[in-house]
Amino acid sequence: MKHENRVELNDVVIRFSGDSGDGMQLTGTLFSDTSALLGNGISTFPDYPSEIRAPQGTVAGVSGFQVHFGNDKVITPGDYCDVLVAMNPAALKSNACWLKQGTATIIIDSNSFNEKSVVKAGFKSLDPIKELNLEGYNIVSPDIVTMTKEVLKDFDLDPKSIVRCKNMFALGMCFFMFDRPMEHALNYIENRLSKKNPLIASANKLVLKAGYNYASNTHELANTYTVLPAKNLPKGRYRSINGNQATAWGLIAASEKSGRPLFCGSYPITPATSIFEELAKRKDLGVKSLQAEDEIAGICTSIGASFAGNLAVTTTSGPGLSLKSEAIGLAVMTELPLVIINVQRGGPSTGLPTKTEQSDLNQALWGRNGECPLVVIAASSPSDCFHYAFWSGKIAMEHMTPVLLLSDGFIANGSEPWKIPSMSEYPKIIPPIILESPEGGFMPYARDAHKLARKWAIPGTKGVEHRVGGLEKDFLTGAVSHDPLNHQRMVDIRAEKVLRVKDFIPKQEVIGADSGDILVIGWGGTKGHLQSAVNELQSESHEVSLCHFNYINPLPNGVEEIFSKFKQLIVCELNSGQFANYLRMIYPQYTYLQYNKTQGLPFTITEIKDKVVSLLDN
Amino acid sequence: MNDKYKYTPDNFKSDQEIKWCPGCGDYAILNSVLKAMPEVALELKYKHERFTFISGIGCSSRFPYYLNTFGFHSIHGRAAAISTGVKVANPLLTVWVTTGDGDSLAIGGNHFIHAIRRNIDINILLFNNEIYGLTKGQYSPTSVLGKVTKTSPFGTVEHPFNPGEVVLGARGTFFARSIDMEVELTKKCLVSSAKHDGTSVVEILQNCVIFNDKTHYSFAKDKDTRQDNTIVLKHGEKMIFGKNKDKGLIQIGMKLMVVKIGEGGITIDDILRHNATEPNPGVHMMLVNMKYPNYPVALGVIRDVVDVTYDDGVRDQVESVRSHGSIHCVEDLLNSGSTWEI
Repeated sequence: MKHENRVELNDVVIRFSGDSGDGMQLTGTLFSDTSALLGNGISTFPDYPSEIRAPQGTVAGVSGFQVHFGNDKVITPGDYCDVLVAMNPAALKSNACWLKQGTATIIIDSNSFNEKSVVKAGFKSLDPIKELNLEGYNIVSPDIVTMTKEVLKDFDLDPKSIVRCKNMFALGMCFFMFDRPMEHALNYIENRLSKKNPLIASANKLVLKAGYNYASNTHELANTYTVLPAKNLPKGRYRSINGNQATAWGLIAASEKSGRPLFCGSYPITPATSIFEELAKRKDLGVKSLQAEDEIAGICTSIGASFAGNLAVTTTSGPGLSLKSEAIGLAVMTELPLVIINVQRGGPSTGLPTKTEQSDLNQALWGRNGECPLVVIAASSPSDCFHYAFWSGKIAMEHMTPVLLLSDGFIANGSEPWKIPSMSEYPKIIPPIILESPEGGFMPYARDAHKLARKWAIPGTKGVEHRVGGLEKDFLTGAVSHDPLNHQRMVDIRAEKVLRVKDFIPKQEVIGADSGDILVIGWGGTKGHLQSAVNELQSESHEVSLCHFNYINPLPNGVEEIFSKFKQLIVCELNSGQFANYLRMIYPQYTYLQYNKTQGLPFTITEIKDKVVSLLDN
Repeated sequence: MNDKYKYTPDNFKSDQEIKWCPGCGDYAILNSVLKAMPEVALELKYKHERFTFISGIGCSSRFPYYLNTFGFHSIHGRAAAISTGVKVANPLLTVWVTTGDGDSLAIGGNHFIHAIRRNIDINILLFNNEIYGLTKGQYSPTSVLGKVTKTSPFGTVEHPFNPGEVVLGARGTFFARSIDMEVELTKKCLVSSAKHDGTSVVEILQNCVIFNDKTHYSFAKDKDTRQDNTIVLKHGEKMIFGKNKDKGLIQIGMKLMVVKIGEGGITIDDILRHNATEPNPGVHMMLVNMKYPNYPVALGVIRDVVDVTYDDGVRDQVESVRSHGSIHCVEDLLNSGSTWEI
C-alpha cells in the first residue's frame, strides 16, 4: 500500500535536533550511515553547543545533526532541510530558520511540547507553531514519549533510561518515510550497547521498530519517499569518514611512506581533539601520542621528536595556535620538519569553540616574530583532509620546513562517503636523512640545490653531531652568527626555500570554463558550498567558474593565467577578507570583490548564488 | 673490550669560543660535565653519538654550544618539553637538559614539574644562581625574600622556591645538589643521575660573578667553610659533617636536629643513616629544606628512587598493542570497520 504513494526524489536534507542529551548525533549518524550503505551520496554536518550539557530544554542546549543524501555525489550538507525532527520546543525554535520554505515536513514529539518546555524554550505564547509562523508546513506530531513508554512498559528499566530511547522512535519514523532498511542501525545498537547493557540494547531496538511501524500503520505521513543510489559514483570500496579522522589517517600514511615513526604531542582543544584521539588509538601502527601539559609543550615535544628523527605533528585550534607561535618560530629557525594542524573555529580568543570560521589565515601566514615563513595548506572536504595531511607530512620532511595545515570545524566534524584509496596511489616520501659524515666534515646548514632543504642529521648517527637552536645560524656551519650579511642571507634563503615548494605541488586549476564573467575564488573548507553554487549558476547558463585554493603559501603556479581571463573576481571566505588581502598583496594587478561571513556557520549555496547573480545583473 | 665506549673529556669539547663572563661558575660546571661524560659512556656503554644536550634560554642554556654532542639551544623554558619529545622519539639517546632557575622555575615551571611527574628518563642540570644573568640582573624565583635587584629596587616581596622542594612535590625520583666549585662532587652527582632511570634533577648552586656575586658564600665560600656548613650525603652512610667529622643529624619528631657527637650523651649510633632509595619523601624533604645557618646545606644525592618511567611506558604500550592488533598497515586501517562496495 505504501508503495502507491512513494515519491522518488533526487536529494533530501534531514535535520535531527533535540536537547544535547537526546542522542541526536547518534540518530543522525545512523541515518546517514544507512543511506551511505544504500549507495547514496552523503554529506553531514553536526551542529552542537560547546557546553556538554547546557540546561535541559533551553535553546542554548540544542544539538543538531544535518544529513544530506542524494542520487548523485553530494558535496554539502545542504542549506535548508526537507525534514526537521525537533524533539523539544527549543529545538524547533532554534532550527525553524533552516526549514525549506513552505515545503518542509516537521516531526515533533508532542509530549515534549508541554507548557513547561514551551516556556523554558522562551516562547511568548503556548503555541510555538503559531508563534513561529509554521502553520503552513506539514507537521507530524505523534506522542513519542507516551508510545516509547508503552513499548517498554514491561522492561525493568528506570523511567529516565526509557525516555532516553525516544530518539530511536523518531529515527524509525524517518527510516519508514525514506524507505530505508533498519538492519544497519539494529546491528550497530547490538554491537555497541549489548555488551554494556543488553536490556538497553533491546529497548532501543524495540523502540526503533515501533517508530517504523507507527509511521507505516498511521496515515500521518501522506507520502513516503525514496532516493535511489547514486549512479555516477566511481566503482570501488567505500567508507564513511569525517575530516578529523581523515587528517589523522593521512598523517599515519605519510609516516608509513617515509618510514619515519609518527609522534604527536598535543593538548585537547575543540574542535581539533578527535585528531589526537584517533592518533592515540593507533598504537597498533606504532604511533606515539603524548598528551602534553599545555599547548606549548604539545608543539615543543613535537619539535624534540622531529629533532630526534620522527615525523612530528601537533594538533590545535585558534587559541592553541596563538600559544604555539614562538615554538613555530623555533621550528622555522632550526629548519626541522613539523606538521601543525589548526582546526579553525570562531574567534577571536575563546570565540565560538564549536562553530566554524576561516579567520586564522592571517595568523597562519604571519603570526610569529621576525621574518618567519612556512608552508600553509588548507583542506577542503572531510575526505580530502587525508590527502592534504599526507602532503603536509611529505612537504615538511622533504623540504625540511614546518607545514601548517588548516582545517575547520565544518569539515573536521562533517562526514562523507570516501572511496578508499590504495596506498600504491600515493607517492614515496624521501626525507633528506644523512647517514654518515661526508668527507670534509658535516655542514648542518648545507642545502640541496633544488629544494634548498638542509640535511636531517638525526641524533644517534655517528659523526654528524651538531647544534641547532633559535639563534641565527651561520649559512653553512650552523654556528651562532651575528654577522649582518649572514643574517640577510639566511632570511632570504628561508623565504626562498618555502617559495620553491611551488614547483613541487600541482598547478592551480579552475573548475568550469577557463574564462567568463565571474570567477568565484575560495580556499579551504568552503569548497563544497562554492562548487555547488557555481555548478547551479553554470547550469543556469551563467559564465561563472570557481578557483579554489588548497595550497596557500606558496600559492601554486598558474594563478595569473586563470585570474586574467575573467571580468570580475570575487573572493568568498568565512572571515572579513584575509585571503582577499593576501591575493591583493601577491597579485596587486587585479581587483578583488569580496563576499564575507562571520556567523560561525558555513556559507549557504543560496547566498553565494544571490551574490554572484547580483554582480551579473549590475 | 670496552674501548669502543672509551672517551676523554676532549671528545666532548666543542671548538666554540666560550662566552661566559670571566669568573662565572658555569666554567666549573662545564668542567664537571666534561669529566662526567666519559665516565657515563664507559659505565653505561653509551656511544658518543647517543649524547644529546638540550637547553632553553639563559646563561646556563649556552651549554650545548660548548659540547661536541648533538645539541639543541631552544627557547625560554621549553627544554624539558623538547627533551621529552626527543626521549620518546628515540629512547636510546641519553638526554641532558641544562637550565637555570629562571628557565625552569619561572617561564618553564609547567614543563619542569610535568617532566618530573611523568618520570621521563632525562637528566636535568639546574644551575641555580638566584638571579637573571643574561638579562642583566633581575630577581628570579629563587632569589631570597627582600632581594634588591633592578626590578626590585626596594627588595622583593615574594617568597622563593626551593628547587628540591619543587622536585619532591612533583613526585621526583631523583634529586641531587652540588656547588659549582665542587667539581668532583658535581661530576659524581651527574654520573649518578645518568644511572638513574627516570627524571633526575641535579641542582648546582652557581655563582653569578656579575649580578649576584657571593650569593652562596655564607656556606660555600671555601673548602673550610663548606666542610662545616654543608653535609655531603651518601646513600647508606651516617649523616656526619664538619671539619672534624664530629657533627651529625638526628631526627626528633618531624624535625631534623644538628648535634655534636660526644656531647649530651649523643653517640654515632644516634645519627641518621642516609637512605636515598626510600620512596617516602619525608626525610628527603627535610634534607632539601635545611638552610644555613641553622643547618648545614645538604649536598650529594638526596633522593634516588626506583619507579616506572614514561618512555618505557610508551614503548611497552606500543609493543603490546602492536602484538595484539589486527591492523598492521595503513591499507588495513583504511579498510577497517564498516565499508561497502559500489
